Amino acid sequence: MIEILWFLVDSMLVLLLLALAWTTCSSRDVMRAVTLFIAMGLLLAIIWARLKAPDLALAEAIIGAGVSGALLLSAISDYPSTAITSHRSPLMHGIINTFTLALTILMSWAVWHGLNMSDGVRLSEQVSSQIPVSGVSNPVTAVLLNFRAYDTLLELAVVLTAVLAVLILNDKRADSAASSPLLRGMTRWLVPLLVVTSGYLLWVGAHAPGGAFQAGAMLAAAMILLQLAYPSIHRGFNLYLLRVLLVAGIFTFVLVGLWMMSANDDFLAYTPAWAGTLILIIETAATISIAAALTLAYIGGRPTGWETGDHVITGKEDAG
Amino acid sequence: MISTQLLYSLAGVGLFAIGLRATLLHHLLLPRLLALNVCGAGVFLIFIAVAYAGIEGMADPVPHALVLTGIVVAVSATAMALALGRRLESKESETMKSEAMKDE
Amino acid sequence: MIDSLAVLAVFFGLFFFLSGSIGLLRLPDVFSRLHALAKADNIGLAFVTLGIILLEPSLLNDIKLVIIWLLIMAASAVSSHLVARRALRGERDDD
Repeated sequence: MIEILWFLVDSMLVLLLLALAWTTCSSRDVMRAVTLFIAMGLLLAIIWARLKAPDLALAEAIIGAGVSGALLLSAISDYPSTAITSHRSPLMHGIINTFTLALTILMSWAVWHGLNMSDGVRLSEQVSSQIPVSGVSNPVTAVLLNFRAYDTLLELAVVLTAVLAVLILNDKRADSAASSPLLRGMTRWLVPLLVVTSGYLLWVGAHAPGGAFQAGAMLAAAMILLQLAYPSIHRGFNLYLLRVLLVAGIFTFVLVGLWMMSANDDFLAYTPAWAGTLILIIETAATISIAAALTLAYIGGRPTGWETGDHVITGKEDAG
Repeated sequence: MISTQLLYSLAGVGLFAIGLRATLLHHLLLPRLLALNVCGAGVFLIFIAVAYAGIEGMADPVPHALVLTGIVVAVSATAMALALGRRLESKESETMKSEAMKDE
Repeated sequence: MIDSLAVLAVFFGLFFFLSGSIGLLRLPDVFSRLHALAKADNIGLAFVTLGIILLEPSLLNDIKLVIIWLLIMAASAVSSHLVARRALRGERDDD
């Protein structure tokens, strides 16, 4: 009986997800498509929670729906028209549809076959046995920052590369129109709360769902909110500090790795006694880096005065 | 009654197919970017469905970590694609304006 | 006893959410849809939160749930205001 209910819940979630994906991809208006995409991200967060992936649920809600949604919404204004039409010929339509259908059938068979063939050996047993020496008790954080720390280092490098591309290509988008006093009021309450919650997520990532990426993205969300409420706040950024913050994550990570290499003969091989502290230090630097990177990605390009280094700090324009 | 793992894996395959079809059909940047993100979401779903081990058991943390990395990388790639698109768009409108002025 | 009250509260909440969603789909223009969403969803959320609080043993988590409820109400109010403002002004002050 319980299984039937769970199956009903799961099938409803799956149907809704597929429906949202279909309407996102086949919508005629860009604004509508982006809104549906944000909704799909939130539904995905619920599905992650249902599939016992709470870290991912947090990350998807903040990054996948929040930051990504804000990015896409602000990018709509870059393009002159918001109508989506497909210019492919009917023959091409037919070819693409057939190809996709064939691929779906093949992939479904592959997935079904792979699930049947699995020999039941799960990595969770291996991870659980090594958690006591990893320095944290959240298995995902242990995997992310200890067992597969090198992947996380490369991930931070990827984020930095993307932000460098954003900075090289464009100046920031023009400041948007004056914002609403209601938004400013709520921002004044919400941003300190977001900063505290981000610090909480960073701290609690060691023993409960959370961690550096969720915390960094939440800080970025706070900065995006500030940018929306006070459109000229980017003029107050200390650009030298911003550059330092961008690379602080990778710098700290590599430094710790090299230090551990000199102590234990292997890059990023933590001494078990210090593992917890080292992970916290790396996570803190990574949080700040990710926050700076995602904020710059949202701003869309070089802030005012990036090349010359002198920028105007105006606090008077939007006081209120 | 298919297992939860199979149900969500098939949903992931479906998501990937929907995104792939839309990527191939459209020619503007923003719809294709959305469709690529949908593809990515489908792949993540397959990962997490395979990592799922029942309501009582512990889910596999390694695919969780991989997908977490994937989510962050996906948003960075989206940001970079949007920056490229914006630069291309401004270049195109510059070229069209200078050509229009030459025609006059 | 508490469990059945909690389930009842959640079902009430779901009913309000459902009516809000039906309003979103069926009402003619932006403002009426906003009205349906904001009002119905806030009450629905209140009932669902009440149901969860009844089921939750820890007091700290109850306080967190109440804070979450208040934050969602505030966010929903501000975002409804912003959407309505934009819809009222039309396309005039585009960014």
